[in-house]
This record gives sequence, structure tokens and C-alpha cells, in this order.
Amino acid sequence: MFNIERWQEIFDAIGKNKLRTFLTGVSVASGIFILVLLLGVGQGMQNGIAKEFESDASNSIWVWTRTTSVEYKGLNPGREIIMTNQDYDFINRKNEKYLEYKSSRARDWGIVVSYKKESGSYGVEGIFPDFQMIENEEMISGRFINQNDIKERNKVVVIGNKVKKDLFKKDKDPIGELIRINDIPFMVVGVFHDKAGEREEDRVFVPSPIAQQIFSKGQGIDGLAYTLKPEKDFETAVRKSQEFVASMKGYLKEKHVISPEDKRAIGVNNSLKGAKRFYNLMFMIKTFFWWVGICTIIAGVVGVSNIMLIIVKERTKEIGIRKALGAQPGSIITMILQEAIFVTTIAGFTGLILGLTLLEFAGPMIQTNFIANPSVNFNVAITTVLILILAGALAGFFPAWRAVRIKPIVALRDE
Amino acid sequence: MIEIKDLHKSYQMGSNSLHVLKGINFSVKEGELVSIMGSSGSGKSTLLNILGMLDEADTGSYFLDGMPIKNLNEKIAAKYRNQFLGFIFQSFNLITYKNAIDNVALPLYYQGIKRKERIEKGMHYLSKVGLADWATHLPNELSGGQKQRVAIARALASEPKVLLADEPTGALDTKTSYEVMELIQGINDEGKTILIVTHEPDIADMTKRIVNLKDGVIIDDTIVKQVKAAAYV
Ligand SMILES: Nc1ncnc2c1ncn2[C@@H]1O[C@H](COP(=O)(O)OP(=O)(O)OP(=O)(O)O)[C@@H](O)[C@H]1O
Ligand SMILES: [Mg+2]
Repeated sequence: MFNIERWQEIFDAIGKNKLRTFLTGVSVASGIFILVLLLGVGQGMQNGIAKEFESDASNSIWVWTRTTSVEYKGLNPGREIIMTNQDYDFINRKNEKYLEYKSSRARDWGIVVSYKKESGSYGVEGIFPDFQMIENEEMISGRFINQNDIKERNKVVVIGNKVKKDLFKKDKDPIGELIRINDIPFMVVGVFHDKAGEREEDRVFVPSPIAQQIFSKGQGIDGLAYTLKPEKDFETAVRKSQEFVASMKGYLKEKHVISPEDKRAIGVNNSLKGAKRFYNLMFMIKTFFWWVGICTIIAGVVGVSNIMLIIVKERTKEIGIRKALGAQPGSIITMILQEAIFVTTIAGFTGLILGLTLLEFAGPMIQTNFIANPSVNFNVAITTVLILILAGALAGFFPAWRAVRIKPIVALRDE
Repeated sequence: MIEIKDLHKSYQMGSNSLHVLKGINFSVKEGELVSIMGSSGSGKSTLLNILGMLDEADTGSYFLDGMPIKNLNEKIAAKYRNQFLGFIFQSFNLITYKNAIDNVALPLYYQGIKRKERIEKGMHYLSKVGLADWATHLPNELSGGQKQRVAIARALASEPKVLLADEPTGALDTKTSYEVMELIQGINDEGKTILIVTHEPDIADMTKRIVNLKDGVIIDDTIVKQVKAAAYV
């Protein structure tokens, strides 16, 4: 491999057969280029569709508390259980590896909310910024509650679209206006829309600590809301979800002295059924693009092999001449393979880099819901290039081996 | 130098077999310049290709410089071709993408000689055939005679014991043919053993011995008085 004389001989052949080198290079490079684009677009579509259906997928977990139903450690049933900020913080810290988004909920219903002369009674919920993602609220205008609002204890509010319609005149922009909740002024920073419709839109969100304050809840919270990190398949998602729920329930039951048999004190609801559909869809898409990828690689392998066959065929007479001059069979095979591998490698990586560059620059410019962040797994791309190189080498080897084995006189007669 | 006994060769074509060489007995001593003549299809090229180990005989024995040439594996055959034999073909068989000097130096590459020395040696033989000024030209920039001289230089470069030429002047006009023959005679005068297959009696007359082949057997083998090509050039 590192025989300098042989490399000189090979570079000589490459340099003096520019057309052959060029054609081989171009076909290999363009093959890889197209493959990279296909893989990238496939991944992009996967990402896009994932994003589009993410809301169904996200395994959201809702937790609330009620009164106990079982006597335990001398405590009577019917005791009211109230979770606290400490519970929330502890659960978050302990289960960090499972959690994607998290928020506690401190809320009250039938609260009077008013703007100037208009007023109505709505649900008011104290939450954290992540709640937007958990509930999948879509902003019509303005923004959601953010971390700064929590930290600074800003009296800001995000109102549902129905609340906006009720309190504000049709084309009045509520952003920046002051509304009163329990007669306390809050500044409207955003209006949200919920896919579930008006039923979910007749509530307003305020920073969690503010809600605890105005409803005099102290450290108490009414519920927890989580989404778990997406998993590669449904089974893992189910398992992770069960692990998390078990860990959380265990902690809450111990902390609040609840019987392990108590089925009522802690309520948990999770939305894995929707997730099942999502994981199935993703599996189908993945399988589809896997097939597309495989077929493209096969096409690439066939293409490269074909080029190699033609090259060796074209060089049969040259092989005859070299043999007549006393070339060892091994030296001829290595010469052909080394040249083929060298050209395919350079061309393959050129195509790879071009494809990756195009994806890198053109990817973010794609403006459709169904393609997002087209990108290629670098290992997959490298493997593909290596497969093509190997295929080229193999495809070159057999005819070269045959050409070397036939009598020199037969090779010489080849025109 | 060359010893063959009762050499047979048939070509298999489908179910028919064509018996081309039917028992050739023939020997050549060092320093001879032999021409092989005969009508088309008489088996001249077949014989020469067997002598040059480009092809194999079916039966019979062949000794080259005292070594038996029989059922050699390709590695050893390659080594023998490289060390003992030089070929000159009617159709030159130069590598089209290599220039004159690289063509001449190629057999030296297979002798494992370093590039610098290859080029030096190649240039020496290229000068010998009078083409030093054409070293960097590609074959398609050379005339037929020049191509054949490059091929001769290439055959000489590996310093073989035997030169085998199959109609070396077949593709050349008379004047160029004589020039090439003059060159070959010169090389023979330096002591090299040379076998030439030819159709042309005047070319045969420029060798020292004429072997006549007919229907796969030698019908005539005579020493002749050599005509010097220089007289015609
Ligand atoms: N590879 C082959 N397969 C089948 N038959 C062959 C092959 N090579 C040669 N022959 C046959 O063998 C016979 C001898 O061929 P050869 O080439 O030795 O003749 P030659 O004396 O060199 O003729 P020419 O003067 O035309 O070159 C011919 O009849 C030819 O058709
Ligand atoms: Mg012939």
C-alpha cells in the first residue's frame, strides 16, 4: 500500500487517463451526493412530521391530589393531601433524566376577571413557562409566561382567546392592557389558542408564585404537569413512563404518609394512547426512508460496479501488455484496485462534503411544515461511502482477477 | 538457448479442435538470428507465442536457457518473461497513455528498478533506436516505424536473453522495414538471440537462418547468407 513506486505508477495512470478518472469520479461523487440529499430530506421529513404530530406524541402526565381513602399509620381516611413547591422541586430533581417539560399548577375557578367595564368569571392558573409546551398552547399574539416573570414575580397574565373575545372589543389589541384578577391589576402579555377549543380557552395563566400569593395557597400546589422525553419506540416510552410514575408516587406517598394501597389520594393521568399512534407513524416513516436509503445504496453499488467492470474491460489489452512485459498477477490486481479505491474514495468524500454542505446551507431555507432540519447522520453517510468504495473494489477485483488469469495472448488480442 | 521437442498445439473451437502445431522439433543457439516463414495460418504466431510463454503448448517439451517451461504458475511465468524474453509485436502494443520513455521503462518497473534508474536506462535504449528526441511523445504522435522502434527499445530495456518478434515489419513500408531490420541486425551483432516471424522473403534474407512452417510442421530449416539491411537504407 505504501510502495511509493507503485503510487507513482498509479498517479501516472490517473493523470494520463483524465477522462476515465473524471467520469468515474463524477459518477461516484454524484451518486453519494444524491444519496446524502435523499437521506437528508428523509430525515427532514421525519423531523417535520414528528414536529407536526408531536403534540399527540408527547407523553404528558398529569398529577393531582384528593383526600385519602385508606387509614394508614393511625391517620384517618378522608385527610386532605396538598402537594408543595418542595415536592415539585424534589420530584424534578430526582427524575431529571425522564423529564422534558415540567410545571406545577396552582389554580382556582370562578375568579372574577375584569377589563374596564367588562368582566367575567374564569379559571386562573399559576404555572411555569414549560406549561405552554405541555398543554401545547399556541400564541395568537404576544408571548407566554417566561422565566423572568417567575423570578421577578411579575404581575403578568396570558389570556385565553375566549377571555379576550369576552373582555375586549373585537379589534382591540389586549397586549399591554391592564386587567384585574380578584381586583389586582395584571398586565396582559399574550393571548393563546388551544386546539381543544373555547372550553380550554376560558382561563388565564399567571406566574406560579403569583397565583399562590393571590389565592393564599402558601407553598401549596394543586397539581403537576409533565411531558417525558421522546423515546425511540413506544415500548420504551411506556416503560419510562411507568418508571417515572412509580418513582413519583412512591415519593409522594411516603412524604405525605399515604397508604401504598390508597388508590384515591394521588391521581395520575397520562396520555400514552395518543403516543402509540405517533410512534407507529414514525416507525412507518423510518421504515420507508430506510428502504429508500437501501435502494439508493443498491443503485449506487450497481453503478459503481458497472463503472469498474467497464474500466477493467477497457484495460484488458493493457493488462496483456503488462503481463507480456513480466508483470506479476498480484501487481496488476493491486494496481487496478488501488487506482479504483483511490478515485472512489476521493470522489466519494467530495460528494459527501458537497451534499452535507448543501444540506447545511439550504436546509434552514426550506419553508414547509413537513420538512424540518434536513440533516444526515454522519456515521450513516460515512458508512455509505465506505460501502460504495468496498463495492467498487469488489466489483473491480473480479474482472481484474479474471483478466489476470487468462493467458496473456488472449488479453493482448482484446481490442 | 531454445530447445523444443515434439511440440503440439490445438485450438478448441466448440466441438471441433484445430490441430495447429503437429510436432515441432527445433532448437536455437545463443546469438542466432532466425526467421520463421510460412503461409498464413501455418502456425507461426502460435509457435512464437508458445516460445514467449504468452501461450501454452498441449504436449511436447520446451527448454529455455536450460530451464523446462511446463505448467509454470503465473508468478514464475511472469518472472521468466520479465528476465529472459523481449517481445516485438506487429501491432506494437505500446501503452497508449504512456509516452515513449515511460513505455520503454515499463519492463524495468517490473524488475523492481527505481524510477531514476529506469528513466536513465530507458533513455539509453531510446537513443539506441534513434528516438532520444521523441522521449516525451505519446504513441499516437509517432509514426509506425517510430512506434516499432520504441517497442524494440522496450524489448531491449529489460536486457532479455531472447528477442521474439512477430512480423515486426508487417505494418511498415519497405524503407522503414529495412531501418527496423538494420536495428535488429545490430542488436544481433551484439550477441542477442532473435527470432522473427515474417511473411516477406526479403526480410527473411536479412536473418541468418530461415525456418519454413507448413501445416504445423517444419518443412525446411536452412542457414542462409545474411543480407545486411544497411545496404538498402
Ligand atoms: N485463439 C485461437 N483460437 C482458435 N484458433 C486459432 C486461434 N489462434 C490461431 N488460431 C488458428 O490457428 C491457426 C494458426 O494461427 P497462427 O496465428 O499461428 O497463424 P500464422 O502462421 O501466424 O498466420 P498469419 O501469417 O496469418 O499470422 C490458424 O488457422 C488460426 O485460425
Ligand atoms: Mg501470425
